[in-house]
Amino acid sequence: MSSLLRIILHRLGLGLVTLFVVSIVIFVAVNLLPGDFAEAILGQGATPESVAKIREDLGLDQGMVVRYFQWLSGMLTLDLGTSFAQLNFANFGGAGTVTVADQIAPRLANTLFLASVTACIAVPLAVTLGILAALYRNTAFDRAANIFTLSSISSPEFFMAYVLILFLAVLNPIFPSLSNIFEGMAFSERLEKSMLPALTLTLVVTAHMMRMTRAAIINLLASPYIEMARLKGLSPMRVIVKHALPNALAPIINVIALNLAYLITGVVVVEVVFVYPGIGQLFVDSVKIRDIPVVQACCLIFAAAYILLNLTADILSIVSNPRLRHPK
Amino acid sequence: MNGFTVAAIILVALCVGAYIFRFVGQKVTNDAPKFRDMGYGEAFGFVLGAALLIWAVWYYFQPKTLDTGVPNAGVVFFRWAVQGLIIASIAAYLFRLLGRTVGTAGTRKLFRSMPLTASFGILVIILYSFLAIFAGAIAPYGQAEILGAANVVAGGDPALGGNPEYPLGTDQIGRDILSRLIYGAQNTVGIAFITTCLAFFIGGSLGFLAATLQGWLDQLLSRGVDVLMAIPSLIFALLLMTIASVWANELGVPLTIFMILIIAMIDSTRVYRLARAVGLNIVVMDYIEAAKLRGEGLGYLVFKEILPNAMAPLLAEFGLRFCFVFLTIAALSFLGVGIQPPLADWGTMVRDLAPFINFAAFAPTAAVAPLLAAGAIALLTVGVNFVVDWMLHKSSGLKE
Repeated sequence: MSSLLRIILHRLGLGLVTLFVVSIVIFVAVNLLPGDFAEAILGQGATPESVAKIREDLGLDQGMVVRYFQWLSGMLTLDLGTSFAQLNFANFGGAGTVTVADQIAPRLANTLFLASVTACIAVPLAVTLGILAALYRNTAFDRAANIFTLSSISSPEFFMAYVLILFLAVLNPIFPSLSNIFEGMAFSERLEKSMLPALTLTLVVTAHMMRMTRAAIINLLASPYIEMARLKGLSPMRVIVKHALPNALAPIINVIALNLAYLITGVVVVEVVFVYPGIGQLFVDSVKIRDIPVVQACCLIFAAAYILLNLTADILSIVSNPRLRHPK
Repeated sequence: MNGFTVAAIILVALCVGAYIFRFVGQKVTNDAPKFRDMGYGEAFGFVLGAALLIWAVWYYFQPKTLDTGVPNAGVVFFRWAVQGLIIASIAAYLFRLLGRTVGTAGTRKLFRSMPLTASFGILVIILYSFLAIFAGAIAPYGQAEILGAANVVAGGDPALGGNPEYPLGTDQIGRDILSRLIYGAQNTVGIAFITTCLAFFIGGSLGFLAATLQGWLDQLLSRGVDVLMAIPSLIFALLLMTIASVWANELGVPLTIFMILIIAMIDSTRVYRLARAVGLNIVVMDYIEAAKLRGEGLGYLVFKEILPNAMAPLLAEFGLRFCFVFLTIAALSFLGVGIQPPLADWGTMVRDLAPFINFAAFAPTAAVAPLLAAGAIALLTVGVNFVVDWMLHKSSGLKE
């Protein structure tokens, strides 16, 4: 078991190093911006004094390396700075400023809620459908499922979203087409409002997970021990669920974790379609108004979540497959 | 009686129906093996399929308008979907038939073993390339041409707010949607194609180079690619596009050029991975050794020895990569930071026309435009995926 722990620690270390390098990439990329942040913030109202004031406030008069470490330590202590939009607001006499952390926290919670609702629907659905497709392989059901999943993997998220809006919100008003979520909302209402975005994401990720489940099980069906189970006279369902599935778990768990990582990117477009107040929406809005601190922070959060989930996929597949624990 | 009760009753009816179906089948056919060995799940599947088919036929022949005169939009959309599916299947079938009779012996053989989905995919690709190349000649109006009437509804029926001159209607500022859809093929598909080619050129040559030279260059490139791949691609693209939009203003270069470069850069990391992996398997071959001993240069090794032998996996990857690039560009445009107006582009069109979907219940034709633009994107990626799926299946030799 200690060797397993060592492998996990090793992977975690690698993940941290990757995250560190990613933060450098993000920081350097943002610093490629031409001109001066201070002038960019103030826009038309830039006077030499106010520019100097903002430069001092943001620490822009210091060197790049110093600023990077300031930013990084800020990130680690959850002090993400103040968004440009807010700074500008304060500069023109607005009262009090909202920090980036205050802006991001509730939206991150909303996004995580959406992702977990999606996962709760998608994972059982995908595994069940995958098992059924493997059980009834090469039948009309399997073929229909193959065409349907291939189409839903390859269509853009917003196409699925608008088709769902058309059928479940406009033609048959079952769910609301706009997810205006706010704090203090009852859980059931919140669930109802976030149902359409969750269903859209479900459609996108289920297809991939289901295909992988099917492929993982079918890969095993040629093995001798499955042949043996069949010859014993077990029912096809029992052969697959009791004998094939446990050995196919490693790739299935792996693909589930990878798809949850995919949710992180997919969520951006879906949140915009349904005006869901999540971090993806905030990210896109900030990109449009070039609010650099928010863009940087969101980007780092997305990257961290992505790396973490990929790491989980990695570790889970090592844990569930003894062969990977002892590389030759 | 609410929805849940109805659903529960239907479910119970289906379960009982499945049991009866199997029992009757056994009795009528005198225990034919097909019915004797039928599992309950299989019987349930047959009954469910039959029930769905009956429901679909029944729903298809519902009246198009309700008694109150309001159009029954659900039926209208369902009919369009079914008709579209039938036309697509017939077209794919005819195309495959054509492929089986016309052409060289090699292509005829290829078409003989082709599933209908793959021939549909090839047909779609041909159709889109045709539209993209001859967009200027086919489209009735220019892509940025602002015509007399704005917000004309699709369908061409003046009573419903249409205009026969604009079969698919016009958008908010009066541009013909049909023309913009056709030009969209040129812009969106063309740009995606250029981007993919660029990504393949960068990623492919660097990957082969790393595989051939190995050593520190390989390490440097591979670790760099690892880091770039750790950032979700759409997020990274959005970040870089923010920066590029400022640069584009500063330098006066169109943002689209930056977008091509950025997406090519991000996607070349994925190509690099594949090219390096394939290349590593090839450089250990004897013929590479022989070429090295002959004293061939690096360029010869990469382009004349490695590339031809890595063509098959790279081609399949090209199809998939094209889909990803195409979807990324569509998503960026949809979010408002991709291809910039006045160029017609499907992603932007979906975003601009999306509010019309809310009128679908009263005027089904109004909702057509945004769905057509989004559907145009979906159709191409689905088509390409069908073809790639078939190619991979064929080359992997999977039987079960």
